[in-house]
Amino acid sequence: MGKWDWQVFLEDPGGKIPTYWQWLVSAWGWTVSVSLCSLVVALVLGSLVGVIRTLPDSPWLVRFGNAWVELFRNVPLLVQIFLWYHVVPKMFPVMAGLPPFILVVFALGFFTSARIAEQLRSGIQALPKGQRYAGMAVGFTTPQYYRYVILPMAYRIIIPPLTSESMNIFKNSSVAFAVSIPEMIQFAMQAGEETSRVTEMYMAVTVLYVISAMVINRIMAWVEKRVRVPGFVVAGTGGGGH
Amino acid sequence: MNLDLTFFNWAVVSSFLLKGLYFSVFLTVVATLGGIFFGTLLALMRLSGKKWLDVPAAIYVNGMRSIPLVMVILWFFLLVPNIIGRPIGPEYSAVITFVAFEAAYFSEIMRAGIQSIPRGQVFAGMAVGMTYSQNMKLVILPQAFRNMLPVLLTQTIILFQDTSLVYAIGAYDLFKGFDTAGKNFGRPEEAYLAAAVVYFVLCYSLSWLVKRLHKKIAIIR
Repeated sequence: MGKWDWQVFLEDPGGKIPTYWQWLVSAWGWTVSVSLCSLVVALVLGSLVGVIRTLPDSPWLVRFGNAWVELFRNVPLLVQIFLWYHVVPKMFPVMAGLPPFILVVFALGFFTSARIAEQLRSGIQALPKGQRYAGMAVGFTTPQYYRYVILPMAYRIIIPPLTSESMNIFKNSSVAFAVSIPEMIQFAMQAGEETSRVTEMYMAVTVLYVISAMVINRIMAWVEKRVRVPGFVVAGTGGGGH
Repeated sequence: MNLDLTFFNWAVVSSFLLKGLYFSVFLTVVATLGGIFFGTLLALMRLSGKKWLDVPAAIYVNGMRSIPLVMVILWFFLLVPNIIGRPIGPEYSAVITFVAFEAAYFSEIMRAGIQSIPRGQVFAGMAVGMTYSQNMKLVILPQAFRNMLPVLLTQTIILFQDTSLVYAIGAYDLFKGFDTAGKNFGRPEEAYLAAAVVYFVLCYSLSWLVKRLHKKIAIIR
């Protein structure tokens, strides 16, 4: 492998960006923006789908929610990204003008929404039935008792899995390399190729991924502490996933 | 857009897709078995109560889990030829990568499984005079496996989906088969749609089977 050469980051890649390290920062920016935008899409869609899967007396909405989760959970993310990037714009002419960034955000957001919907559903179902009845008994409508009784507790229950899902979304954003989003994997591959300093490039990118993961972990731990209800202890959820 | 799926005849399936499917399944099986084996070892290291075993295992597991799989695939493809001193194909590299990567995830599952066994079981084993390894082999691990079987299998389904990421190093898996066929016949859209359908059918049926198995083997306490 030879000796390290970290000065390679000061070299000029010969494009709009003057040095490799500035290119790396820009790539990290792409990773962060793809991840955060996808997280917003995933939280909104995941919450909607998760809630409708627990609605009483609406079997068709529940079925729709279940189908949504199965559909987006059983197709690999790489295939979903290719579908959004290559197939969706051709099938729906309305989407034809959308920039690749938006398409990838939809792909990653929809993919993650299925997982968040599943977590929210189990969070809601983990609450005692009495909570729902208590809401009904004081005269709340269904949207009201979801808003004021069920969801505030359910979201607190699912903060641990939401933490790992937010970290997953950062890791999963790496799959966007396959459709030429200039994020960090794309940078590692191209800059490694151009400079023949593959190890240095991979190391820099790996360190940035690890730091990003730690920052999200800290932020979510802070959120968890801020919103904690005194005396209400939540059991952790273990398990796999990527 | 007009979809034309007519090019998916038997010749295409046998010359492009079967080879890829075979590799994807092979990779999934090897990575699952190897990952569970090494993952169990890592879990035992972390639960050993000895710092010199616990700390390295924890660093390995948490390190692997904080890096994207694509990055790990690229790292191994770069490093393995340097370590063994000769070039290595993307397929072999992928197998080594997935065993090493999945071991970290399986170890967390096995750790939860071992911890789910009531302490009384450990004491009972000790009381009848079993050594540590006898206790693990005959009392704790069989129950941990049984408790964790549905989670292990669900992880295997995720693993099967993740095998598509060997795209990054150009290994020939099921997705690459669809990709190549689509490009050769100038019908990439149809190929990607067909790929999604095939993955969906495979993964959905597998997860349905896991659900049924879960009901069947649940230990009644």
